[in-house]
Amino acid sequence: MARITLSKLAHSYVKDPKSDKDYALRELNHEWEDGAAYALLGPSGCGKSTLLNIISGIVTPSHGRILFDDIDVTFEDTTDRNIAQVFQFPVVYDTMTVQQNLEFPLKNRGKDAKYIAQRVASIARSIQVEDILHKKARGLSADQKQKISLGRGMVREDVNAILFDEPLTVIDPHMKWELRTQLKALHKELKHTMIFVTHDQTEALTFADKVVVMNVGEVVQIGTPQELFEKPAHTFVGYFIGSPGMNILDVEISGNQAKLFDANVELTQSYSGLKGKLELGIRPEFMTLCEEGQGIKIEITRIEDVAHHKIVRARYDNKDINIIVQEDVVITKTMNNMTFDMSRVNIYENSWLVEGEKI
Amino acid sequence: MSLELQNISMSVDGNMHIYNTNLTLKKGTMNVLLGRTSSGKTTLMRIMAGLDVPTSGKILWEGKDVTGMKVQDRKIAMVYQQFINYPAMTVYENIAAPLRLMKKSEDFIDKAVRKTAGLMRMTDMLHKKPLELSGGQQQRCALARSLVKGSGLVLLDEPLANLDYKLREELRAEIPKLFEESGAIFVYATTEPEEALLLGGNVATLWEGKITQFGKTADVYHNPNNATTAKVFSNPAMNFLNIEKKDGFIYFHNSNKIPATDIFLKLEDGKYLAGFRPNHLELKARSDSAFHFDTNLSVTEITGSETFLHLSYDNENWIGLVHGVHDLEYGSNLSVYLDLRHIFIFKKDGDLLQTASYVTNR
Repeated sequence: MARITLSKLAHSYVKDPKSDKDYALRELNHEWEDGAAYALLGPSGCGKSTLLNIISGIVTPSHGRILFDDIDVTFEDTTDRNIAQVFQFPVVYDTMTVQQNLEFPLKNRGKDAKYIAQRVASIARSIQVEDILHKKARGLSADQKQKISLGRGMVREDVNAILFDEPLTVIDPHMKWELRTQLKALHKELKHTMIFVTHDQTEALTFADKVVVMNVGEVVQIGTPQELFEKPAHTFVGYFIGSPGMNILDVEISGNQAKLFDANVELTQSYSGLKGKLELGIRPEFMTLCEEGQGIKIEITRIEDVAHHKIVRARYDNKDINIIVQEDVVITKTMNNMTFDMSRVNIYENSWLVEGEKI
Repeated sequence: MSLELQNISMSVDGNMHIYNTNLTLKKGTMNVLLGRTSSGKTTLMRIMAGLDVPTSGKILWEGKDVTGMKVQDRKIAMVYQQFINYPAMTVYENIAAPLRLMKKSEDFIDKAVRKTAGLMRMTDMLHKKPLELSGGQQQRCALARSLVKGSGLVLLDEPLANLDYKLREELRAEIPKLFEESGAIFVYATTEPEEALLLGGNVATLWEGKITQFGKTADVYHNPNNATTAKVFSNPAMNFLNIEKKDGFIYFHNSNKIPATDIFLKLEDGKYLAGFRPNHLELKARSDSAFHFDTNLSVTEITGSETFLHLSYDNENWIGLVHGVHDLEYGSNLSVYLDLRHIFIFKKDGDLLQTASYVTNR
């Protein structure tokens, strides 16, 4: 297990990078705590795979250094870094049995037979494959093969970190629940440093102690699931986390008075010296539909019944607004106004969160 | 216009892939095939498309028997998981491609391409090449091509499976709107219950080669007529508890009992399966008549606004979904509550006996 430090780390695939645009990964300083579970979350092309590949040693960064505990490993290759990796598609040896597949990383490192037997038995129990240990991997389903890949990634206790590159993408939804919980339980038990790359917010939020959100080569926020939900540091985080994401609305602000659409609302904080483009962020979860005259009038375009809640799609002028309504609320024709919980409002200046002063 | 499957079945090397199936799909409808991997979604679609001939049964298209008719002879479009565009051609030419194959006139092609592009909101991208577009726009281009020839039947096999989560969210909301106007029959296969709910229309739930229920999507979700449908159409899956009615009491797990009042009044004595959704488990009792379970908490998952509780009880693994962030000790005992109005009662063979009262009052 190790603490991983990124110091002034950046990467460009072009020779002479000049502007931010030339960087696949912009400068980043971060310390990954020993034994913590992290998720790297962002859309395709945001740089999350580049970052993972730098940590694993597949890519050598063009700038900065990477340290495992206090040892500089920037120029060391993957094998010397002593890390385990699990990929998007199962990597198993078809001609070997499940047991042999799980033993493989340990045998490779010359562990003694007794230790191997005990370790494999323990992992097999955790990922619930005890009943198929003697089957050849060839005949297994994709789900089961990926389970074996996960098991093999976790079998060594002495690794510095385990890296997961979208390991649940090919898995059916019901099986994702099972694999995710097993991963979590194993992490709790073994305390490996884990880094999990994904574009799926549910996976990231439910797996990680801390989520690193990336967009166009830049880390925009590192925080707990709750922090990302309640206080997104950037409008991108607000949009990307949550289904649907945060409503981001143009606003004019003077002190604690805000002009939103044609309505005047009172903020819970007071702001001064704001110069850039101002926006108000409010999550659909913190909005309420109410009767005519009790809030801001909107035009409801569609109501989607999504399992345990409803998503109300609405418009004001040409701006789309999403509101989440709980399943037991009956929406009547006259409920065409919206209000929101002012204590849940965030203010953004040029897309970045700004804090005001308590009144 | 309709597509009718009459007593269709399909077996390959003696293995049943599709059991006897009857299904009628009407013009201008979105029909979702919802089921896990290998439940028969793709097989059913291939039969609809005429790519495979069923072992028995007939396919009627507008009342005419088309069983075994070659796909080229019917107006059908099929879109797969991997959307395919021609990278060297402009969006305009990509959309026009099927019409050029049909040797339509320039004038006809131009009108059709512009109309479809308008529907897909791609009018200002017609001159671009696919690789200059975002992922979502590329998918829309491929979808436009499937619509342009005026196919009466459009088959979409997990079309969003390889896309980023956020992009999928966007397209899921857009697809029903885009297709409403086209008037074709849409069949859309997915493994994801949320996707089915967002697409709306009708849903057929599939389990091991059988359609377990077919109807309006929201109705099937809220009123599953058997335990299998309830399991397929929920994510996380519906939780179950074995109960027995005897001598005026409901017995469950280790001879716990509650008086058989309320929803249990009309039941005959015997064994049943009680089903309830994860979001209906609660950390506080809402009423005196609520069930109280002492469960063991194996893991929690926090989404930022909600917490998933992974629980074990009575040899069953349950998932609970509660509001707020709850940081609880793994392996600890946890009391959870379940209101009676949230309970579905199934017969031991899985058929629904009594729907949850919250659904009836919805």
